[in-house]
Amino acid sequence: MNHLNILFAKKQSEILSVYFTAGYPGLEDTVEIITVLAESGVDMVEIGMPFSDPMADGPVIQQSNDKALKNGMNLRLLFRQLEDIRSQVSIPLIMMGYLNPVIQYGIGDFCKKCNELGLDGVILPDLPFEIYIEKYRAVFEKNELHKIFLVSPQTSEDRIRKIDAISNGFIYMVSSSSTTGAREKIVKEQEDYFLRLQQMNLKNPRLIGFGISNHETFQRACKYANGAIIGSAFIRALSEKGNLEENIRRFVKMIRGTSGMQP
Amino acid sequence: MKYDVNKKGFYGEFGGVFIPEMMYPNIRELQDNYLEILADPGFQEEFRNLLKDYAGRPTPLYHSARLSELHHTNIYLKREDLTHTGAHKINNTIGQILIAGRLGKTRIIAETGAGQHGVATATVCALKGIKCIVYMGQLDVERQQPNVLRMKMLGAEVIPVYSGNMTLKDATNEAIRDWINNPVDTHYIIGSVVGPHPYPDLVAKLQSVISEEMKWQLKEKTGREAPDYIIACVGGGSNAAGAYYHYLYDNHVKMIAVEASGKGIDSGESAATMVLGRPGVLHGCFSMLMQDEDGQVTEPYSISAGLDYPGVGPIHSHLFKTGRVKFDHATDDEALKAAFQLARLEGIIPALESAHALAALEKKKFRPDDVVVVNLSGRGDKDLATYIKYMDSFL
Repeated sequence: MNHLNILFAKKQSEILSVYFTAGYPGLEDTVEIITVLAESGVDMVEIGMPFSDPMADGPVIQQSNDKALKNGMNLRLLFRQLEDIRSQVSIPLIMMGYLNPVIQYGIGDFCKKCNELGLDGVILPDLPFEIYIEKYRAVFEKNELHKIFLVSPQTSEDRIRKIDAISNGFIYMVSSSSTTGAREKIVKEQEDYFLRLQQMNLKNPRLIGFGISNHETFQRACKYANGAIIGSAFIRALSEKGNLEENIRRFVKMIRGTSGMQP
Repeated sequence: MKYDVNKKGFYGEFGGVFIPEMMYPNIRELQDNYLEILADPGFQEEFRNLLKDYAGRPTPLYHSARLSELHHTNIYLKREDLTHTGAHKINNTIGQILIAGRLGKTRIIAETGAGQHGVATATVCALKGIKCIVYMGQLDVERQQPNVLRMKMLGAEVIPVYSGNMTLKDATNEAIRDWINNPVDTHYIIGSVVGPHPYPDLVAKLQSVISEEMKWQLKEKTGREAPDYIIACVGGGSNAAGAYYHYLYDNHVKMIAVEASGKGIDSGESAATMVLGRPGVLHGCFSMLMQDEDGQVTEPYSISAGLDYPGVGPIHSHLFKTGRVKFDHATDDEALKAAFQLARLEGIIPALESAHALAALEKKKFRPDDVVVVNLSGRGDKDLATYIKYMDSFL
């Protein structure tokens, strides 16, 4: 069974999803980052597939993409690193990246490989849902992969309903019209947008991402959605000096706050 | 065979809209409005008047007697180099600034490589009193100082881009990021027939004035509207798209596109996308793309900053695939040689980009009664430093 379905069946609030770029900071850090995140009580991990031209990303994730590529990361290697991941963690694992490397790998082969490895979903921000429905939906569904779509404050209600109808897994709510890591705070107009979606009674759970960077913004996001996604702030934490494992554990504690810590 | 874009934004298999959701409202707004605006008589009147009185159109179609003699045929140069700001780029920016006004946009962004599109954008923004921000790779900022200063004089803010390889591709990424962060008040003036639909079609239509003029000019000079050949250089491909546009369905007209092969196709330093690339997605469209085996976009090279783009407009990928346009390429040396030749034969210093189109004349045997049009897309003032550097080798 898809681990996203298992997660949402037992937990509907304060879901913490963390993004990292595979191959960053070190080429071989992928498995350690995922397992330590899982042990620290993170509910879901988004594994970033680095791309040379990440057009929806701000500077922090851009730099992690550049570094990961320089380190030698590519999809074939990433899949090899994930060979045994399902013997180590049981939280949902989502692949996130841009369309071109996936097209070059072959979308059918990509989906099949994700399924074999026990991965649960895919986020490709530059694959709009119209093209997904027309060309790729069948192969994703055949491989039991959830395709997760983004909505932004500018997305119309009609379009949100269409996205909700074809989505499974969750809806990725981009917190403001911005690239990743661009904002530090959550302002009133963002909360209006969060509230608007909360009241739409969508069939899918909602997670808020972009601009979630600390305990306070995580909590605010969790008031309006089932949880939140953190990317740039985590990449910054990985970039700090010191022990990788300690940096990860400290970061997750900081986001959860002591009260939010899992036993 | 169909060469027009379909409703979903595809030319055959190429094109489309591959964008993050955050860009969708802006793109949708353009898709919903551009054809209506272009067809509006009020728009057309203002556009035509500005092309005529401000940009200096129609540009001459010049019978190049000495070049014709050299190649034993009849060569005409479409003098886009004589437009205001020195290249065909102004046709597009005039059109797009008028569209931006009709969409109520108050802030313009653009990307630029060599700086020609940046200058053309800064120019029309000054003309209309609209705030203008131009993204330019830091490497290009260093290489193209006169154009940076021109843009500043025109009131534009030039933002150097330090990401990636710090060239045109990265400047385009940064302009897209700006648009994502400014989803309401901003219009992005893309400089070529690239990007998500409707940009390739919009820019091609705005540049189509080139072939529109060629038709009556050729009729006047040769007695028939259609030439035997049209030759144009292709980076993203906007000047070529404009020069081909009204002849695409006239199969009598043979078309040659010239890409930049830099230091040679197999040198690893080239920008010949059709030879070295394969289909992929960059900057919102599916088209031929230079990339490594993992789908990472590779950095192209050409002596001409206007041709070193790793992708190409989707219309050109379609024209290439269907065989409607024959794609050729010219090296740095061949382009330089053609530029010096034109300077001495005709007293015209072409842009390095246009010199690639001229270089194709050498490689092709024409008949004495052929009519050959070369689209001279820009003038060489901006390339003077490069020409001076190579002067001794080519004269």
